Amino acid sequence: MDLGGVLIYISGFIIMASIYGIFSIGLNIHWGFTGLFNIGIAGFFAIGAYSSALITIEPPDPKLFEDYIFGGNLPEVLGFFNLGIDMWFFVALIFAGLVCAIIAAPIALITLRLREDYLGMAALGIAEAIRLIFLNEAWLANGGRGMYGIPKFLGGMVSPRYYDVLYALIAVLILLVIYLLVQRIITSPWGRVLKSIREDEIAATSLGKNVFSFKVQSFILGAFIMGIGGAVFAHGFRFLDPFTFRPLLSTFIIWTMLMVGGSGNNRGAIAGAFIVWGVWSTTQFLPGFLSSPDLRYFMVGLLIVVMLLFKPSGIIPETINGGNQGQKKEA
Amino acid sequence: MNIKNIDYFWVIFLIAISALIIFAQPSLLINGLLLGFIYSLGAIGLTLVFGILRFGNFAQGDLMTLGGYISLTIVTVIFAGIGFTGSAIGPFTFGLPIIAAIPLTMLLTSIIVVVLDQLIYKRLRSRQASTMLISIASLGVAIMIRGLVQFLWGNEPAHFPRESKQFYMLPLDIRIPPDNIILGLVAVLMTLGVYLFLKYNKYGKFMRATANNPDLSLSTGINTSVVIIWTWVISGSLAAAGGTILAVSQAQILPMTGWKILLPIFASVILGGIGKPIGALVGAIIIGVSMEASTAWINPTYKPAVAFTIMIAMLLVKPNGLFGEKD
Repeated sequence: MDLGGVLIYISGFIIMASIYGIFSIGLNIHWGFTGLFNIGIAGFFAIGAYSSALITIEPPDPKLFEDYIFGGNLPEVLGFFNLGIDMWFFVALIFAGLVCAIIAAPIALITLRLREDYLGMAALGIAEAIRLIFLNEAWLANGGRGMYGIPKFLGGMVSPRYYDVLYALIAVLILLVIYLLVQRIITSPWGRVLKSIREDEIAATSLGKNVFSFKVQSFILGAFIMGIGGAVFAHGFRFLDPFTFRPLLSTFIIWTMLMVGGSGNNRGAIAGAFIVWGVWSTTQFLPGFLSSPDLRYFMVGLLIVVMLLFKPSGIIPETINGGNQGQKKEA
Repeated sequence: MNIKNIDYFWVIFLIAISALIIFAQPSLLINGLLLGFIYSLGAIGLTLVFGILRFGNFAQGDLMTLGGYISLTIVTVIFAGIGFTGSAIGPFTFGLPIIAAIPLTMLLTSIIVVVLDQLIYKRLRSRQASTMLISIASLGVAIMIRGLVQFLWGNEPAHFPRESKQFYMLPLDIRIPPDNIILGLVAVLMTLGVYLFLKYNKYGKFMRATANNPDLSLSTGINTSVVIIWTWVISGSLAAAGGTILAVSQAQILPMTGWKILLPIFASVILGGIGKPIGALVGAIIIGVSMEASTAWINPTYKPAVAFTIMIAMLLVKPNGLFGEKD
């Protein structure tokens, strides 16, 4: 492999790891900071990716016999507003996040008043329902044929061969911005209430905090971030079908990342995403049966159990002020 | 287990649904009942673990898959190896080996879950880990079982040895495979066995006491660790039997079979009320029949969404379940 090929491979790795980093931060808001058991990440992943794809893609061309009936064609619609730096991309990211937040709200309102396990089941159910809808309703997003031709962000700036290198940079920047924003939110009084709920709901209630309302807000915020992650995925890979969102690579592995990295710490969440995705990507080069995808499947589960048993705080444990050891003053 | 707790709304709802099905396609009711009995085997174990160990066991579905594959190996490798094959009996598609494999699989699966409990869940319990954390551990176990099943048995559908047989033709144009009757019967007998165990056996009574009030039962001298082992043995055996019966009735087994029925069995448990074995049975029958019946009107691939919708409706109307007590 030549140097360019290596660069492209590494870029592909960084894109995917950064996207997982975004999801890991989203899950960290749910589980790490609030204690919400969301095992339906795949649903938000799919909704985020598809909504961003559908509002940016060109309307179906009758000559190509497409099944989907709506394409928002956002890059054209926004026209002059794009300012030559493809502003539509950011509109699409926010839109994807908002759609996820809107889907998350009713689930949160129904289940969060009840036993804490119910949220997990409801999230799993909604993820399954979303997958079935995208699979069966071809008019919505081409069904099993999949959506292709999702527009590139800043696609004109580099040659198609090296586009992934540029996009890796973009994905890392988006991850960084999300990290800084979430860090700001989590160290705010609002974030401290979330942690108090996780530690002791009754104590939080006795201090006059509306526990239910905070949990709903946390679930919606996490879903919003997951929606952005889905959108970054859609424009990075530019092809989506319902099989992309199988539980292993869109729910389970994100749990493993958070457990390995350290739940309750956003730096840990990002580190976990890069480490676990690194292990996942490199083990495919192992010799013989060791590279079996089924053994790697097993490993994803094993890592969760091993971390819970032997290092429940993860590689980078939670700190009192949200991971900013050196940062004494308010940022 | 108080019948009075059931709202009349749900009784009317059930009668209305059943009537609709009878008019549409009566065979769906029969198939739905079988599906419900199979789900109940998974759901009863799930609800017992929920009631006694206080956590949702997300590995229950994959445990059923594992049970199905263990039966498959016993029949096609061990029994076939010692020359115990046996042709299909009477109107059924399967022979004695499958029937004989079920108790062996139940035993093996029980051992596996008890070992898993000792290795993983017990350590987390002794560390006073929250029930949610134990649920996540069970999710990890589910993923491990799934990976192992795929590694050992492959991703392609596997089949039990079977001979094709004619369906029974009943009045009203009902056509059902004879298998469904015997498999349904086996499931009902097992459920009945668990019911009698919980009702009359000493350890069954201990289990109910622990589910009801763990602290009180501990202080009255009940050995909680023995109760926990019994819980896992029952849960594992029922899951193994359920997985085998499911594989035989669907004529195939896939690694993803179990994960797919996790949602329906959780819905059954929530519908019946957490920790209530009778509730899990009733819930499973409602879920199974509704899922089958829905295929008369909507695309059959939406069946899991039907279970999900019923679960959400129940959470809105009566979150404690049909048999659950008010908090």
